Amino acid sequence: MSDLLHTPLFDLHAKLGAKMVPYAGYAMPLQYPLGVMKEHTHTREKVGLFDVSHMGQVLLEGTDFEATALALETLVPVDVLGLAEGRQRYGFFTNDAGGIMDDLMLANRGDHIFVVVNAACKAADIAHMTANLDGVSVTEVTDRALLALQGPAAEAVLAAFDPRAAEMRFMDVATLTLNGAECWVSRSGYTGEDGYEISVPAAQAEELTRSLLAHDDVEAIGLAARNSLRLEAGLCLYGNDIDVETTPTEAALNWAIQKVRRTGGARAGGFPGADIILGELANGAVRKRVGLLPDGPAPMREGVVLYSDAESDAPIGTIASGSFGPTVGGPIAMGMVAAEFTTNGTIVFGALRGKRLPLTVTALPFVPANFKR
Amino acid sequence: MKFTEEHEWLRAEGDLVVVGITSHASAQLGDIVFVELPDVGTVVAKDDEVVVIESVKAASDILAPIDGEIVEINEALGDTPSLANDDAMGEGWFMKIRPSDPAQMDAYMDEAAYNALIA
Repeated sequence: MSDLLHTPLFDLHAKLGAKMVPYAGYAMPLQYPLGVMKEHTHTREKVGLFDVSHMGQVLLEGTDFEATALALETLVPVDVLGLAEGRQRYGFFTNDAGGIMDDLMLANRGDHIFVVVNAACKAADIAHMTANLDGVSVTEVTDRALLALQGPAAEAVLAAFDPRAAEMRFMDVATLTLNGAECWVSRSGYTGEDGYEISVPAAQAEELTRSLLAHDDVEAIGLAARNSLRLEAGLCLYGNDIDVETTPTEAALNWAIQKVRRTGGARAGGFPGADIILGELANGAVRKRVGLLPDGPAPMREGVVLYSDAESDAPIGTIASGSFGPTVGGPIAMGMVAAEFTTNGTIVFGALRGKRLPLTVTALPFVPANFKR
Repeated sequence: MKFTEEHEWLRAEGDLVVVGITSHASAQLGDIVFVELPDVGTVVAKDDEVVVIESVKAASDILAPIDGEIVEINEALGDTPSLANDDAMGEGWFMKIRPSDPAQMDAYMDEAAYNALIA
């Protein structure tokens, strides 16, 4: 793993006994000695701390927020201009075929937009923005770590460092002083739990992480539990659930496209693939991402082909993400299925090791979200 | 008790051989959430994929270490797959095989050799 990139917390992961794996070019903690199951449960019950420094942090700065927002709206089908200062929003870059190039979080920071993108896509995203955002400087932030503090006690933990943390609502962003470090904090995450994402100067990252971990309620959590948490929360993983072949409507992400960017809206269209995406918003897509609950105890993972019944030879979809859900207490999955099989309660069959095993199409999320609205 | 390089253990029990995975393997796999065992009566050849272990993270195949017939499986793993974590070398056994060639066991490592392998 010598050619892998290190996050500013690499040495700390080793000291904590993490099992490190390659992920998107980085050496990342898969799990700690606590183990996936307990890490998952701990995050749902108390607080988990994740190193997500592999993700791309990018600053967009034009002449003013309005100019920067309007430029960004040419690449994403979301309402950037209407985002209030100090607020964050989910979005995605689309291509001319209406496919999703990456998903991202974007925040109005007053004089600039702060964007967080996926690690595996960040080089391409930055090149894409640099090439296409006229009059906007695109700067990757390379001197900061990114932490996620997630779980029902996250507010209590972080407010002890800076009481302003308690005043933030879901999807607020603010600059807080944590352990003397100037941190860019959002009240958001990737677990379905309340919590924060914290951009901290690299030089102060280990000290802040150690201070957070010193709290009795906080445990370090690895990528494996991050995946089972996000899957229970029904959240997409780029590369599994969404990719360049997947449109927003297929991905069941219509909610992320605000009215102002839709047909009839004041700034309708104007993003790559708009004709296709707006058409599907109006008429639906031929397939859609759904939750899938295996009826039996066997997990069904990505790549399992789905059929309408136990005998048919014609596939109707594929599992995109599948695992065991520790909070659900059984296997869970998400997948793309043909439109006629998307009604909750529909039974479909997955081909697993030569057998056809039933799954029930199920509303997402599997575990209700616990956000502070 | 004998050990394979695939991190299985084999223990003679009368004329049967009990098979499971080592504590080392179970720790590497992490939390085991499902074990798919073969049907009793299945005739297996050495290196056939006979068991699938699912952890939260991934699925892993376990190969038959010897030729023979599956005569008993550990039904307790159905309700409590975590037995394969908590007592991998004991209550977490997978299956009992009636070997067609008991001498196949002799080729495997003893405990000292296995411990050296994983050291």
